[in-house]
Amino acid sequence: MDAFIELDRVEKVFDVRKKTGFLKRERRQVRAVDSISFTVARGEMVGYIGPNGAGKSTTIKMLTGILTPSGGRLRVAGIDPSRERTRLAHRIGVVFGQRTTLWWDLPLIDSYRLMHRMYRIPDARYRENLDRCVELLELVDLLDVPVRQLSLGQRMRGDIAAALLHDPEVLYLDEPTIGLDVISKAKVRGFLRELNTERGTTVLLTTHDLQDIEQLCSRVMVIDHGRLMYDGPLAGLHEVGESERTLVVDLERELPPIVAAPARVVRVEGPRQWLAFPASESAAALVARVAAEYPLVDLSVREPDIEAVIAKMYAGEAEKAVS
Amino acid sequence: MAETSRLGEGVRAYRLIAGMWIRSAMTYRTSFVVTMCANLVMTGLDFVGILLMFSQVDSLGGWGLPEIAFLYGLSVTAFGIADLVLGSMDVLGSRIRDGSFDILLVRPAPVLAQIGADRFAVRRLGRITQGTVVLGWALTSVEVDWSAAKVLLVPLMVVSSAAIFCAVFVAGAAFQIFAQDASEVQNAFTYGGTTLLQYPPTVFGKDFVRGVTFVLPLAFVNWVPASYVLGRPYPLELPGWAAFTPPLVAVACAALAGLAWRAGLGSYRSTGS
Repeated sequence: MDAFIELDRVEKVFDVRKKTGFLKRERRQVRAVDSISFTVARGEMVGYIGPNGAGKSTTIKMLTGILTPSGGRLRVAGIDPSRERTRLAHRIGVVFGQRTTLWWDLPLIDSYRLMHRMYRIPDARYRENLDRCVELLELVDLLDVPVRQLSLGQRMRGDIAAALLHDPEVLYLDEPTIGLDVISKAKVRGFLRELNTERGTTVLLTTHDLQDIEQLCSRVMVIDHGRLMYDGPLAGLHEVGESERTLVVDLERELPPIVAAPARVVRVEGPRQWLAFPASESAAALVARVAAEYPLVDLSVREPDIEAVIAKMYAGEAEKAVS
Repeated sequence: MAETSRLGEGVRAYRLIAGMWIRSAMTYRTSFVVTMCANLVMTGLDFVGILLMFSQVDSLGGWGLPEIAFLYGLSVTAFGIADLVLGSMDVLGSRIRDGSFDILLVRPAPVLAQIGADRFAVRRLGRITQGTVVLGWALTSVEVDWSAAKVLLVPLMVVSSAAIFCAVFVAGAAFQIFAQDASEVQNAFTYGGTTLLQYPPTVFGKDFVRGVTFVLPLAFVNWVPASYVLGRPYPLELPGWAAFTPPLVAVACAALAGLAWRAGLGSYRSTGS
């Protein structure tokens, strides 16, 4: 397999200085990334998840050449990112979910023209890539609109297009769906899937939204306290974490807790009941059973969030350690 | 070879980004015109202040009005050029705090050029205009036996001092990376520096002048070469050729500033803050 991104015992240590008095400072070392090793093959789509402050962003910053690793070996497309930042820049695309590369006061198209010239993209290639992004990300009506007037979802689509005009081989996305509504999320996910399958672009994304991972990534890496806790398919992660989904049902009237194994009622509030069931079970079968036996008015299914999955994973590890 | 191509890349990136900021400013046309006018009025008032002072005193430290105007015009023009080219480098601190500095680091262009062109504003031409008008008037009013060397020295002084101010801006930006919120400290060096240079050296104490001449090479911007052009004694006992050293001082400052910038960027990339 063609390893496109290679990390070998990469670490990043920050010196944190805290003021403890006049001129007195306490120095402390924080290992943001602690001896992480993994490889990503060309064309893979990988989810990189973990709680806040786990070291996700630090890893992305090292992969893009923003930060220099304190130790270990790191290569992207054979390039050492921290040494050849500008050469690497032509081959990677980066989208920071909460920071934009677009020009606030100018029409969207102006930002793309800047990319065209700054990255020296050949004219024909630029036109072709722009047309494709405009079509797939539905930007045609937005090109002449100043960026400050775009909604968050529109701006995010605009940012993704800006990161792809120079044909990067790998796209890093830091929280690409944060704050977006359901429709915008679906558009962004659809586009990324298409980009990955049609163009073979390698994608590495960090997210808090487990659905991003479920719908996009065949592989997921979990990082916490700077260490890689899990690396494998999402299904495996569910097993490791034994995560549960929640079915919320509204009944016609108040009733005793629903009996429908393997689901169990975790909360009752008037006619509304919360049923937890294993994430690997089909929601449809459960809904059919409940609907057949109870007077159902409304329902919704809640996906487990990443924090819950990871928390369960830890609980499991702790139990193993005790027994 | 590699260095010259990097310089070319930097100039190119600078032009591209400055162009985007000009277009951004143009989207608010009225505001653009108003700030431009306000800027001209403000800088004009500065000079009126000096005129008022001279209506009370005939000379300041033995220097007459045209001579003060000569110092003032040189200093303001040079500072105006540096301010136009790199004047927004003090936004670097806020860019680091809000994380948008990272976006500049993933683009294929030198970071210094990108941050130098940040918030590029045409309204800063106001200061240059005012400086050149005053300088022009001073040049026609001072009583000087113009020699080829003196004529050559005037543009050389402007360019060298602009370069020195630019170096101070860059060093200040590098310092901001180390000290996070130091734009105020930087302003003390640059804006404070221009106010100082608009008055002749004999007003200040000798120790102070010595400190400024050697600690901060800013004095070369004005006093020494200006004293040569005006045929006055140097503020300190320096050899005659000292008036022609500004370009060398400028190159040395630029080199030091370049090193400081490199160290600052390196520190950012190893600390992330």
